[in-house]
Amino acid sequence: MALLEVKDLHTSFFTDAGEVRAVNGVSFQLDHGKVLGIVGESGSGKSVTAYSIMQILAGTGKIVSGSIKFDGQELVGAGEKVMKDIRGNKISIIFQDPMTSLNPTYTIGHQLMEAILLHTNRNKQQAWDRAVEMLKLVNVNEPEKRMKQYPYEFSGGMRQRVMIAMALACEPDILIADEPTTALDVTIQAGILELMKDIQKKMGMAIIMITHDLGVVAQLCDEVVVMYAGSICEQGTADEIFYNPCHEYTKGLMRSIPTAENSGQRLEPISGTPIDLLNMPKGCPFAPRCDAAMKICIKQRCERMEINDSHYASCWMNVKKAVSEK
Amino acid sequence: MNPKTLKYILKRIILAVFTVWVVITVTFFIMHAVPGGPFVGEKAVSPAVQKAMEAKYGLDKPLFEQYLTYLTDVIQFKFGPSLKQRGRMVIDIMTDGLKTSIKLGVIAAFLALISGTILGSFAALRRNTVFDRVIMVVTTAFVSMPSFIMGSLLLIVFAIELKVLPANGSTAAGLILPIITLMLYPMSYITRMTRSSMLDVLGQDYIRTAKAKGVPRLRVIFGHALKNSLIPVITYFGPMLAYIVTGSLVVEQIFAVPGIGRAFVQSIINRDYTLIMGTTIVLATLIVIMNLISDILYKVVDPRINLE
Amino acid sequence: MDINNLKHFSAQVDLDDFNPASEKDKEYMVKMRPSTTAFKDGVRRLRKNKIAMISFWIIVIIALAVIFIPMFWPYKYEAILGMQPGKPVDASFNNLAPFEYAKSELARIESGESVFPHIFGTDAQGRDYFIRVVYGTRISLAVGLFASIIVLVIGLLVGSISGYCGGVVDMIIMRIVDIIYSLPDMLMVILLAAVLKVAIGTSLEGTPLAKIGSNIISLFIIFAILYWVSMARLIRGQILSLREQEYVLASQAAGAKGSWVIRKHLIPNCISVIVISTALQIPSAIFTESYLSFLGLGVNAPMPSLGSLASDALNGLSSYPYRLIIPAIVISLIVLSLNLFGDGLRDAFDPKLNN
Repeated sequence: MALLEVKDLHTSFFTDAGEVRAVNGVSFQLDHGKVLGIVGESGSGKSVTAYSIMQILAGTGKIVSGSIKFDGQELVGAGEKVMKDIRGNKISIIFQDPMTSLNPTYTIGHQLMEAILLHTNRNKQQAWDRAVEMLKLVNVNEPEKRMKQYPYEFSGGMRQRVMIAMALACEPDILIADEPTTALDVTIQAGILELMKDIQKKMGMAIIMITHDLGVVAQLCDEVVVMYAGSICEQGTADEIFYNPCHEYTKGLMRSIPTAENSGQRLEPISGTPIDLLNMPKGCPFAPRCDAAMKICIKQRCERMEINDSHYASCWMNVKKAVSEK
Repeated sequence: MNPKTLKYILKRIILAVFTVWVVITVTFFIMHAVPGGPFVGEKAVSPAVQKAMEAKYGLDKPLFEQYLTYLTDVIQFKFGPSLKQRGRMVIDIMTDGLKTSIKLGVIAAFLALISGTILGSFAALRRNTVFDRVIMVVTTAFVSMPSFIMGSLLLIVFAIELKVLPANGSTAAGLILPIITLMLYPMSYITRMTRSSMLDVLGQDYIRTAKAKGVPRLRVIFGHALKNSLIPVITYFGPMLAYIVTGSLVVEQIFAVPGIGRAFVQSIINRDYTLIMGTTIVLATLIVIMNLISDILYKVVDPRINLE
Repeated sequence: MDINNLKHFSAQVDLDDFNPASEKDKEYMVKMRPSTTAFKDGVRRLRKNKIAMISFWIIVIIALAVIFIPMFWPYKYEAILGMQPGKPVDASFNNLAPFEYAKSELARIESGESVFPHIFGTDAQGRDYFIRVVYGTRISLAVGLFASIIVLVIGLLVGSISGYCGGVVDMIIMRIVDIIYSLPDMLMVILLAAVLKVAIGTSLEGTPLAKIGSNIISLFIIFAILYWVSMARLIRGQILSLREQEYVLASQAAGAKGSWVIRKHLIPNCISVIVISTALQIPSAIFTESYLSFLGLGVNAPMPSLGSLASDALNGLSSYPYRLIIPAIVISLIVLSLNLFGDGLRDAFDPKLNN
């Protein structure tokens, strides 16, 4: 049984302007100790998927339908009591902007100890020790001194390390990392990623890495899910996605990054703008920007099709290829 | 404490002292700019008697000398005798008045603070519900009514028509209406401020982090959110006191409360110059001190501001 | 590719569908929203705000009413109706209830004349109360408006100079601003009003300004001295940010195009800040004026102001409560509407608050 099973998840935001369908029919699985990457542009629904799993959606957001099973237990509709116990304890999340993700009026120590005291049986002294231990784990120097400091006394990279320490303090089974390095300098990014790789090896938890940076995916991820406009275009192992992309969007992404092969050639960005999630048209959401779009793409969405037992894609191009190969 | 904060505090204290000095000076020179002096218009005063009175009060000396004398006196709290209330010293009149007015003001401020923050927080938590909308409408109405209108209306409704509360402010029960009148505006202001601040805070990332850690909802609100929401309210302490001081001038008139505000207004009507100057300086100094405390408190409490 | 997956498509698959889609087909999927200028956008937002629009119309109606009603109303605000030259004093004019008539008026009605009713009755001196309320509103509105304009002009001037010159000039002006800002304004206002009342009182007689009254003049003087500071700070801030933008852009190779950007974005920004600030200053000025009038430091009798009407009404409060309630409602309505409209303006035009 997979550690996390997401089946046909639909999440929408019910705003004054209408229903914004942020996640439309997303399904994937995560096994113990694996690193899954969710790749997509802003607005593709990758963060909303993560927030749906943790059920920390902002005010107007709701899971409309679908199932999320953690260790066999159904989370959708399970209620606050169940979720409170899971958050920060069995499943943890770290966010994109470390500068704003920590409460400025509490010390780092207080914020670290909060989760520990909530979810474990430790007393204050033990919680303190555990917090210091976690700070050491994420390579924050002078941890005892740091415990008494406030967030404004930390740099961006350090704050992100603290966030990681906070998330891992209760030894969760899954760590969700929502674009953890996007808001940091490139040089700091490398450090954080190294840290995450290191910790993952040491603690063996599963990671869902949400990012728009294919480089990060290449470094860390075993499996990859590519999202666009709230749906999954393609999913498979990292190797498959990189070397045998089977969706026009994925192909476009691969074409737009500089590699050794296309060095010296012009990079091809994907032109056009994403569709309006408020008024979603029929057909494939990527079609308006797809160079290879066909008439059927405008009329009808392509269902998820199996390429091999670990690789799936939803693109009519595969049907065309198969038909012409026949 | 952060050396930058200390420097800021020092600067503000110097500015406050300087402001009080400006107030004293301005008050002095304005009062002496009135043509004719304080004894003009008094009936049946012969020029000889007038001269004698002026000599008695030191009004015949050159202006600058009078100023310096006054300045040194004020610093020692010697405000001189009242010109119109024979036999009473200004400082005694003020002290008597202050006792009542401070009681009035402090209770009103306290009530406004407590009720304002509670109502504002609830309005934010129950955003866009009937509860919230009613609060917003009511507070908007209160914020638009001058204190004398509010006071007069309350007087009409409760003291005259319904006859449930006394109209005169000399008794303890008689203070109820004045307190309510004084507190309605600050309460409404604080409610709106707290609501807006709370809504702002609830949308912040660190609230999401707290929720993601599994912190129970009540603790998120009263632990994480409230602390941050109340910080801007501290900036309102100074203006609130200024409002209460000026409001009390009018409220004490309407309800005949024997406070320093009424003494001030009467002194203006009577042209009791020493009393006018004394009360102006005392009230102004109160306001300046309150603003100072408010500014310092805000700096100290908000850890982010310290960074600058 | 698993052929089995294709099976349930075969019935529907039309091979033509696998031809490339045209640009038109793709465009049909994407509906673009039209772009507008910042100003039109703001006006649109403002109009959508029902409360702000209602407040706007209330203000307009009141303003029109106070301008036009006195033109045809048969009673003058200062006319003590019981005292006609040459006739004995008719005290029955005093303290009439709404729609009541005095004795001599009743006599005229009996003889066939139609007498215009006193909609709000008369006050203790036999003056028609309705027209006094109308005039009082006119005074309050006018004072509010002119005081705000004074504040705007002075603040704009000082702020611009301070921001533009910079250096020592800026520093001195800002120190003065700090001090004036920390003065407890109401106390100073009362003091100045009391003093100026005596000081100017007699010197205005014979001049056209006498009609307005020394107190109002002193009010304007007070506003000119004390209340311009916020506006000055605001303007200075805008100018400083403008210079920063220019400096940054100048150091790029952009050249002339940069200054066009500034003109298109920052100047409208400045204007919106000024307009909103002034709109919110007017109710504050009206507040101050009515407060002073209530204390007896505002308009000179017989000219009414909403504040002085309220103050006068306190004397006969138990017998004639409506004399207080009417000006109270009018003031509250005006201040409320102006505040709501100002809030609406700010919500519509302040880009920082846009989500």
